[in-house]
Amino acid sequence: MSEYHPILPGLILGLPLLGAALNGLGAFAWRENKTVPTIVGPLTVLGAFALALWNLSAMRGAPPHEASLVSYWTWFSSGDLHVGVTLLFDQLSLLMTLIVTGVGGLIHVYSVGYMRDDRGYSRYFSYLNLFIFFMLVLVLAANYVLMFVGWEGVGLCSYLLIGFWYENREYSDAGKKAFIVNRIGDFGFLIAMFMLYTAFGTLDMLSIFERAPGTLVAGGVLVTAITLFLFLGCVGKSAQIPLHVWLPDAMAGPTPVSALIHAATMVTAGVYLIARSGVLFALAPFSQAVVASVGAGTALFAASIALQQNDIKKVLAYSTISQLGYMFLAVGVGAYTAGIFHLMTHAFFKALLFLGAGAVIYALHEAWDETGEHGDPNDMRNYGGLNRFMPITWRTMWVGTLAIAGVFPFAGFFSKDEIIWEAGVRGYAVLWGVGIAVALLTAGYMTRLMVMTFHGANRSFGEDGAGERSHLHEVPRVMWAPLVALAVLSAIGGWVQIPEALPLLPSVNLLHAWLEPVFQPALAVAGAGAAHGVVAVHGATVAPGESFSRTSPLGGGEALWAVLATVPAVAVVLLVFRSLSRRRYRRAAQAPEPRGLAAVLYHKWYVDELYDRIIVRPLLALWRGCWRIVDHRLIDGSVNGLAGLSRIAGWTGSQLQSGRLSTYILVFMIGALLILGSLAF
Amino acid sequence: MGKLYGTHWILTLLLAVPLTGAVACLVGPERRARWTALATTLVALALSLPLFWTFSTGTAEFQNAASFPWIERWGISYAVGLDGISLLMLLLTTVLMPLVVAGSFSQIGRRERAFYASLLILMMGMLGVFVSLDLFLFYMFWEVMLIPMYMIIGIWGGKRRIYSAVKFFLFTAAGSLLMLVAIVALVHLHQQQFGEASFAYADLLRLSIPPRLQLWLFGAFGLAFAIKVPLFPLHTWLPDAHVEAPTAGSVILAGILLKMGVYGFLRFAIPLFPSAAMNRGVVAVILLLGLIGIVYAAWVAAVQPDAKKLIAYTSVAHLGFVMLGVFALTPQSLEGAILQMVNHGISTGALFLLIGMIYERRHTRLIADFGGIARVMPFFAMALTVVALSSIGLPGTNGFVGEFLILVGTFQRYPVVAVLATTGVIFAAAYMLPMVQRIILNPLTDDENRELSDLNGRERAVLAPLLGLILLIGVYPQPFLDRISPSVNSLIEYVEARALPMEAEQEPEIPAVAFELTQREGNHTLEEERGEIGR
Repeated sequence: MSEYHPILPGLILGLPLLGAALNGLGAFAWRENKTVPTIVGPLTVLGAFALALWNLSAMRGAPPHEASLVSYWTWFSSGDLHVGVTLLFDQLSLLMTLIVTGVGGLIHVYSVGYMRDDRGYSRYFSYLNLFIFFMLVLVLAANYVLMFVGWEGVGLCSYLLIGFWYENREYSDAGKKAFIVNRIGDFGFLIAMFMLYTAFGTLDMLSIFERAPGTLVAGGVLVTAITLFLFLGCVGKSAQIPLHVWLPDAMAGPTPVSALIHAATMVTAGVYLIARSGVLFALAPFSQAVVASVGAGTALFAASIALQQNDIKKVLAYSTISQLGYMFLAVGVGAYTAGIFHLMTHAFFKALLFLGAGAVIYALHEAWDETGEHGDPNDMRNYGGLNRFMPITWRTMWVGTLAIAGVFPFAGFFSKDEIIWEAGVRGYAVLWGVGIAVALLTAGYMTRLMVMTFHGANRSFGEDGAGERSHLHEVPRVMWAPLVALAVLSAIGGWVQIPEALPLLPSVNLLHAWLEPVFQPALAVAGAGAAHGVVAVHGATVAPGESFSRTSPLGGGEALWAVLATVPAVAVVLLVFRSLSRRRYRRAAQAPEPRGLAAVLYHKWYVDELYDRIIVRPLLALWRGCWRIVDHRLIDGSVNGLAGLSRIAGWTGSQLQSGRLSTYILVFMIGALLILGSLAF
Repeated sequence: MGKLYGTHWILTLLLAVPLTGAVACLVGPERRARWTALATTLVALALSLPLFWTFSTGTAEFQNAASFPWIERWGISYAVGLDGISLLMLLLTTVLMPLVVAGSFSQIGRRERAFYASLLILMMGMLGVFVSLDLFLFYMFWEVMLIPMYMIIGIWGGKRRIYSAVKFFLFTAAGSLLMLVAIVALVHLHQQQFGEASFAYADLLRLSIPPRLQLWLFGAFGLAFAIKVPLFPLHTWLPDAHVEAPTAGSVILAGILLKMGVYGFLRFAIPLFPSAAMNRGVVAVILLLGLIGIVYAAWVAAVQPDAKKLIAYTSVAHLGFVMLGVFALTPQSLEGAILQMVNHGISTGALFLLIGMIYERRHTRLIADFGGIARVMPFFAMALTVVALSSIGLPGTNGFVGEFLILVGTFQRYPVVAVLATTGVIFAAAYMLPMVQRIILNPLTDDENRELSDLNGRERAVLAPLLGLILLIGVYPQPFLDRISPSVNSLIEYVEARALPMEAEQEPEIPAVAFELTQREGNHTLEEERGEIGR
């Protein structure tokens, strides 16, 4: 048991950055060569993953310790503000590093197949590697400013990758929308940093967290403002109401990008930020309530939309927004480990689902290319019965579906159960109810997705396209292997944390024990706030006095509710499966327009339209008014209107053309000298 | 070598080089003018770069300083020197000029001798402004800049060049005439208080000026500088001048000339009239105008159809940030402001160069005429993206560090102003990204655009140093901040110690601040002796 020192920390970040540089160079220097990006792209990320694993084993072998800081250079220092390029290695940042490089590595491998024929192959891997680099900066940063580098850096990569196929105007519009909406959130992040610096004289996280309980008044205006501005940043990055509008559009990017950036990693940065700043949020109960409520509200809202989408990626996008809502519900009620737990399992099953969707889109693309058929390869109404052609994709996606639906014993069951339970025992009765309702909606829309895609009759070709259907087949191994790996993780990933309360199962407490040192200060603050001392719900820490009831708002212990939660989920899956598989869908081109509530959901509650009317158009009108009226009429008008000015202008202009400019300058200089001269005497 | 960089001779040499080059351009053959100019600017660059390392960082004193009487009966002297602020401005000038010259090769096809001579005279004027420590000398260089700039716009400009040149000239000249009056008044005061006329900066700092009078004189200087910055609503000459100017004119205008306004505030208007500069009303007005500039200019930029005009308005927004930083007068905000002046010179200079490069190919600046050219001009697309990101202050690029320091510093004193100014980061994305999208992204539909060729070796060489600086200052700005911070701290201490409330008619017993010229081991150093106030 020797003390832990980060092993090759610079290389964890350096490898993906090197990959980005090499592939970026490749995009210019050897455009046709695909060997280099194929090797460099995935290998740098997997190398970083290997290093992260090595660090994990070193950290596990070491005694419990303080966080390790690795300092490189002073980024900037001015007055008493010192910002260093400093990395923070603790249990949380290492876990995040593992998720980012692990899931990221699998997605890089998958991309080798998915992007095989793209002319921007090298550029794609350059962006993807750069994304991993910035994401690692985000999770490993030891101060808020460096974290902001990662924060905006991943936003940049997201922008570049959403608009990767830039020659499609809709796609590049989507990239731009993502960037601008995210900047609204970044505005909040910046203001929070200004306030933190004003309050603490530093932006280093560890010293802020250490001094926060003594410096900030619990429940005071300042800490509430700081946390709410931080949360504004999270709302942007993690696509919560009301800034969720960019994420569905972000599906314009290649599907592996959606899996990596817009499901597994980047969009969870907000959850990470709040968990990381747990001490601050624990001091601001009002902000916590806002976070939890926005999270639960978003979870419900987005799940309702997912019910009526026909684009497979849109369903998954709204599902992501909804699941992120769960995570905010968790960190909002102070259950940080539960939030990070769901972040992890969600990274597994949502990456799996997106890559599965990508496989379907890929297969359809290939088949249609070969047969000359046309249509929208993202529209589930053009799918149906694909289980016969794509057995691996079909089976793995079912694993993902059961995991996200929270069916025992898949990963989502444990993480989601814990969130709902924590919300319940902490007295958030309404949010607890919302959590349960959303779980059922999730089972519903995911089963609908599976049925429309894989079951029933195939609708990819005309009425009798039997011959053409033979062109449909499973994706190559480089693509299905990552699916299998993720399916395994989605199945068993939840077993790191099995509550004691569940009967017949061994109790496992890996995750809580692992993250306990990180969240301990925040829990201590929350506990002190409740005047009960240290409390940890899942038994990681011995509590001097239980501050929470051990029963749900409707009574009953955790075991009862865990059973009660999974039974309806299974029921919904079965019910939806039975009723929808008998339904005869029509191809997208012949399908009728939805009506009534279905239309409202189909049109996403008309939020985009609303924003366009009340924000975008009025602003553009205001801006044009500023230019044409204020600048041209008012300012220039009054200047030009000054008596004689225009005449002088005309006169000097003519002087210039007649070549007598020098005369004028001479006169000017003589005049100036005369004034000076008169003074000297 | 070491000898040269310890004395004022390096500064004098730097002033002489462009002048010599200008003469050489004029007397040499027409087609060699460009090469003469390029060689001259490269020599100046090579001469100036070591200053960055020879400059001692621990002190706020003027370095490489010297003062010689010039026209003694009027108290005019040849006084030059460098502090951290002028050092960075000087280097910005010498770095940008070779790029400006090389960037003009394919655009300027007529009267080349006159063009390159004008550029070099302009360069001398700019360098002179940044090193002058005598107000007569300063004013002379200030006016020297005006003429060649006027000619560059008026002769080599676009369709409405005469209108724009005259507008530029009248706005600037109006301001500088007021400044002249104020300078004369200062000299007169010196005559009254010390019995002899003097234009020397060090002498004029010793004046005790009643706060009311300070207000008037600050107003006169301030107006001249505010027009140059430009501060809202004095900015309307800028978009016109930029649109009509050739690329070289735009780059110099945005990259260097606008900084003269801020530099004027920092060097003259604020230290000479501290009571006025610290006056609540004055600060409130300037902060408000800076804030309006940030937000309003971003709004107007967002709806511009002309790429050059759009970038011109972004300059107004960026300089609004700088003015905010200057008048918030905190260490962070001021250091950020000065760094941001450098950053803006680099990124906006690069933007104008880039727009110039596609203008030369397509002869249009309308954003709508482009689209999808990333396919045919990938290097251009990469460069434009990087520069645009720097301009909107993405972390990792230079723009972020400056903007962040300005805002975090301003927040310490004026939180509401800082919060409102921070909305500028949202609007920045809202004007810059659509422009980038409409030029390099979207479908490539226009046949003329399909024929575009990517940047050639010369163009890449012009952009490469700027791209390098964007990343270098983005990740390692500390050497730059180290050079600024002593000057900034001394300015803040000085101003706060000397500022008086408006009611005080007579200066109370504050130990006079004396700037004295001392000679040390052949080293001409202009040293500040502060008595009890400074240290």
